[in-house]
Amino acid sequence: MTRISPARIALYVISALVLIYLILPVLIIAPISFSSARFLTFPPPSFSTRWYQQYFANPAWMQATRVTLTVALLTVVIATPFGVAAAYAISQSKLRIMRVIHMALLLPLVVPIIITAVGIFFVYAKVGLVATMPGLVLANVMLGLPYVVISVLAGLQSFDPAQEMVARSLGMNRLRSFFAVTLPQIKSSVVAGGIFAFISAMDETIVALFISGGQYQPLTKRMFTALRDEIDPTIAAISTLMTAASFMLVLLASARQKKAG
Amino acid sequence: MLALVSPALLVILLLIVLPVGWLAWQSIYHDGFTLENYRRIFTEDIYWRSFALTFEISLAVTVIALLLGYPVAYLANSVPKCWSILILSLVVLPFWTSVLVRAYAWLALLQRTGVINQLLRYLDVISEPLALVHNTFGTVVATVHILLPFMVLPLYATMQKIPGDLMQAGASLGASPSLTFCRVFLPLSLPGVLAGCTMVFVLCLGFYITPELLGGGRTVMVSMLVSRNVELYNQFGAASAVGVVLLLSVLAIFFIVSRFISLDRVLGQK
Repeated sequence: MTRISPARIALYVISALVLIYLILPVLIIAPISFSSARFLTFPPPSFSTRWYQQYFANPAWMQATRVTLTVALLTVVIATPFGVAAAYAISQSKLRIMRVIHMALLLPLVVPIIITAVGIFFVYAKVGLVATMPGLVLANVMLGLPYVVISVLAGLQSFDPAQEMVARSLGMNRLRSFFAVTLPQIKSSVVAGGIFAFISAMDETIVALFISGGQYQPLTKRMFTALRDEIDPTIAAISTLMTAASFMLVLLASARQKKAG
Repeated sequence: MLALVSPALLVILLLIVLPVGWLAWQSIYHDGFTLENYRRIFTEDIYWRSFALTFEISLAVTVIALLLGYPVAYLANSVPKCWSILILSLVVLPFWTSVLVRAYAWLALLQRTGVINQLLRYLDVISEPLALVHNTFGTVVATVHILLPFMVLPLYATMQKIPGDLMQAGASLGASPSLTFCRVFLPLSLPGVLAGCTMVFVLCLGFYITPELLGGGRTVMVSMLVSRNVELYNQFGAASAVGVVLLLSVLAIFFIVSRFISLDRVLGQK
C-alpha cells in the first residue's frame, strides 16, 4: 500500500494550486508595499519604505486611521456586552420567542450588505446621523453583534448551567453568580467574539461608503475612493498593515478559543 | 431574560429591521402608492440585463467555488490532524483579510502592467498584455477568491461527520475507491455541498466591492444598480425597489434550501 494512486496525486496537485490561489493575493501586497517603484512592478526594483512614509506623513490618512481605530474600539466596547447578554439569555431561556430573536440577531449576516447600507443611509439622512461618529459606531455595532453572539453561544454550549444554579443556591444573586461562575468559564469565547467584532469594524467598507463623510471617514472609505481613481502604492502599505493587524488578532482569537475548547 | 436580549435586539431593530423596512416602504410609496419602480425593473432593459448578469455570475462563481473547494475540503478531511489544521488555516486566513485589500491585490496581479502579465511576457508566452481585469473575468476571479472559504468550511464540516468505516466497508465488499467515493462518500457530502453553494450564491448576489473595482464599469451587478441610483441619480425609489427584489431573491433561496437542510448549517453554526 505504499504506492500512491494517480487520483490521490491529482488531489494533492489540485489542492495545492487552490491553496496557492487563496494565499497568493494576500502575500503579494507586502513586496509591492516595500517597492521603490511608482507603478506596480514585480519583482520590485529596490527596497524602499517611501509608501509607508507617505502614509504616516499624510494628515488625511492619519485622520482616517484614527477614525477606523476609534470606531473599531467603540464597536467592541458596545457590541461585546450586548452580544454576551443576548447569547446568555438565548441559551438559558426556554421561551419560544428566543428562537425568533436568535434568528433576528443573525440578520446582519443574511441581508445583503448593500441593502443594509442604503437602508441605514435613508434612516440616518432623516435623523441627521450621516457623516457622524455615533452613526458610524452604531452601524458597526449592529454588524459586529452576530460574531459576538455566535462565538459566545458556542462557548456557552460547553458550559454546564447547573454550576450557576449551585452558586445561586448558595446565596449569590443571578448577576453575581454570572460574573463569578459563568463569565470566567466563557471568557475565551467572549474575547474571541470581541476580536471578530473589531476586525469586522476595521474591514467594513460598504456601509461606510454610504454613511461616512467629512472628517469622519474610515480608512476603508478613503482606500476605496483612491482605488477607483488610480493605483497608489500607499494603499499597498496600508493594506499590509491592516492585514498584519487582522492576522495577529485572528491568531490571538484562535489561541483563546483553543484554550476554551 | 427578555431584558437581557433587549439592548442587542434594539440595535438590530433600529439599524437593520427599520432601515430595510424603510427601504421597502420607499419602493412603493412616493406621494402616494406606486408600483412604477417595480414596473421599471421588469420592463427596462438595463435592469433586466443587470439581474440576469448577476445571476449568471453568481452561478458561475458557485460552480467554480465548488469545483475548487471540494478537493481542498476532501484533502483536509483525509489527512492527519496537523495537516488538516494547516490546510484550513490557509483557507481561513484570507477570509479575515479585508475584502478591499484583496480586491486591491487582484488589481495588482491582473492589470495590464500587473504581475501576471509581466510574468507571461517575460516568459514569452504572450507578446501583448492580456485583458485580465476591468471585465467580468477579473470580477469572477476575485469573487471566487473571496467566497471560497464559505464553500470549503461547510464542506469540511459535513465530511468530518461521514464515518470512515463506511468507506472501508465499501472497499471490503470489493468496490474500487472511485466507486465507493461516487456511491458512498459523494452522496453523504451533499448536505455540505448544498450549504456551501447556498452561502456562496447568496453572498455573490449582493456583492459590491469586487464588481465595482474590478468590473471596469461594464459588469454592472445588481448591487451597483442600487448604489448608482442612490449616489449618481438620487433615485431612491428605484434603488429601493431593486434592493427589495434582491432581498426577496435571497430570502426565497434561503427558504427553499431550508426545506432540505437546517439553516444553522448554512450559516455555519453547526
